[in-house]
Amino acid sequence: MPLPVPAIQLDHISRHYTMGASSVRAVDDLSLVIAQNEFLALLGSSGSGKSTLLNLIGGLDRPTAGSIVSNGQNIGALSSLDLARYRRNTVGMIFQSFNLLTRMTLEENVELPLRLAEVDRAERSGRVREALERVRLTHRLGHRPAELSGGEQQRVAIARALVNRPKILLADEPTGNLDSATGEAILTLLQQQTKYGMTIVMVTHERALAEKFADRLAIMGDGKLLSTSAATGLAQ
Amino acid sequence: MKARDLTDLALRNLREALFRNALTTLGVAVGVASLVAMLSLGVGLQELASKRLSQSGLFDTILVTPKSSFRGVGRPQREEQPGKPVRVLDEDARKEIEKFANVVEVYPQIRFFTEVRFNNKPFATVVAGMPESSKNSGSFDGMKGHFFSSPAADEAILQIEFAKDLSEKTDSLIGQELLLRYAERQALQGNGAGSAESTGGFSVVPKELRLKIIGVVETEPAAGYGGYGNARLLIPLETAATLRAAQVNDLRDIVRDSAANKSTYASLSVRAKSPSQVEALEASIKNLGFNAFSLLDASKSLRTFFSVFDSLLGIFGTLALAVATLGIVNTLVMSILERRREIGVLKALGAADSDVQRLFFVEAGVMGLLGGIFGVTFGWILGRAVTYGTNVYLHRQNLNSIELSSVPWWLVLSALGFAVLVSLAAGLYPASRAAKLNPVDALRYE
Repeated sequence: MPLPVPAIQLDHISRHYTMGASSVRAVDDLSLVIAQNEFLALLGSSGSGKSTLLNLIGGLDRPTAGSIVSNGQNIGALSSLDLARYRRNTVGMIFQSFNLLTRMTLEENVELPLRLAEVDRAERSGRVREALERVRLTHRLGHRPAELSGGEQQRVAIARALVNRPKILLADEPTGNLDSATGEAILTLLQQQTKYGMTIVMVTHERALAEKFADRLAIMGDGKLLSTSAATGLAQ
Repeated sequence: MKARDLTDLALRNLREALFRNALTTLGVAVGVASLVAMLSLGVGLQELASKRLSQSGLFDTILVTPKSSFRGVGRPQREEQPGKPVRVLDEDARKEIEKFANVVEVYPQIRFFTEVRFNNKPFATVVAGMPESSKNSGSFDGMKGHFFSSPAADEAILQIEFAKDLSEKTDSLIGQELLLRYAERQALQGNGAGSAESTGGFSVVPKELRLKIIGVVETEPAAGYGGYGNARLLIPLETAATLRAAQVNDLRDIVRDSAANKSTYASLSVRAKSPSQVEALEASIKNLGFNAFSLLDASKSLRTFFSVFDSLLGIFGTLALAVATLGIVNTLVMSILERRREIGVLKALGAADSDVQRLFFVEAGVMGLLGGIFGVTFGWILGRAVTYGTNVYLHRQNLNSIELSSVPWWLVLSALGFAVLVSLAAGLYPASRAAKLNPVDALRYE
């Protein structure tokens, strides 16, 4: 039986920062394979390197050593322009603080990645509506982020991440600013996206939620991968 | 990102910090306005000078003299071509020149020394015959009194300096009469063999003519290059011609034996339809065997002068625009600080460095374009205001209105283009700084 093609393959990657005379090893010689359609939760204490790893996978940062192969391409070797294209077409990102543009309506926020991808205007409104339907927010198209609750804002951020139909969804503490019930609702929504063939990597420090919604947990400490284990599927 | 989306985003960003961006745009507008106002005054002055000079007849007039004219004491006579008779500048020559294409008029320069009697006191001066066309030359603008009532009227216009000699109250001279005493050329009484003038001789007889003073002029309308000194007493050309007053060239004619049986002219003024036809006309006249001279070269020097003048005005105007561009740099750098996180989001969503760079470029360009449009309008208004103020002053001085500023299309388009170009240059640094922002750092920014 052939082995499934991995969505993301991290091979001995490191990300070191120089701060004055000292060097910070945010990610240190880490190797990990993430399968397609997998929902992986990255856990660890603050400063363990979870977010740095997510930024490396998302093409927002480049590793100082090692390789990251995502969907068959070594993103560490891509030019700046190709890396932007990768962020635009292959990955979608969700942040703890939502990062919606406050002066734009929901519709405009969700439309933004389509503008960057130079999608025809005629096609855009259908795509925006489709993405907002997936997060059940089509009735708030003309509202601005400030008029929404935290959970609703995160749902808009998910719609924005989904609108370009990415293969990988990266979430950095998506429930960090939400109450537990809303957090669960958001993770349910993320979990549903794996049905559309999406690979999800989520950074979180809430183990219980990770156990309940993720397929696999990866524990980090001091920039290293300490362990990986299958999730129990139960909130502990 | 497509240009339309880029422009949409840029306009949205500019609307967000409306007050600050409006102030920056106003700064550009003030810079452009100063540039446009300065250059419009330069262009206006140039047009005014060209118009006045064109009206004065200096640049569309050719002075024609016979080749045998005196060249001055101690200077050798011109060598005449052997076998070719010297053309005499007489009535036949005048008619011949008049037939050339593009000739408006040909008139003799009539000037002679005279003695004027006013209140029984003698005054010496030079009289000049003025053609009817000189009325529109601009030289008589703002004169006291009026121009000659007819081309052959026994009327005189006094130059102000001569008028002051006659009376301290120059205005009171208008309407009074003066007595012109001159030397008339008269044919010698022959001994039955016909006209004595045909034998080459004439007598000079003192004559008198009463002239009514109808105007006093402050300019020197008869100070043209064709005159032998500045005439201070101006009479209609036809009147001057009928006087047959002895002139400088009469003495020369009497000692020469060629064609002395006709009266000749010391010089003729030939007016072309426009200065552009002067050069060809000058060549045709020279071919007839006369000397011809025009002031076209002087007009070229004038254009050079105004080019330098406009450049200087432009430099002063550009200084204000340079200060305004610093405002653009400041506004955009502030905008980067405020929108750091937004730039991070844009990059996380897939914006390339060039997208971010172009976004800031468009913002700078839009501020430049709007500043340019407002600036050109302000500059035009400023020019009109200066013209209005100047004309109010001129009216108080009993002088005619002038068009001091002029904003031609090339100035409008150049100012707009320059404003956009300078703004884009001002946007270079902020745009490049925004494009280089690290998305991870930008997203962390609070």
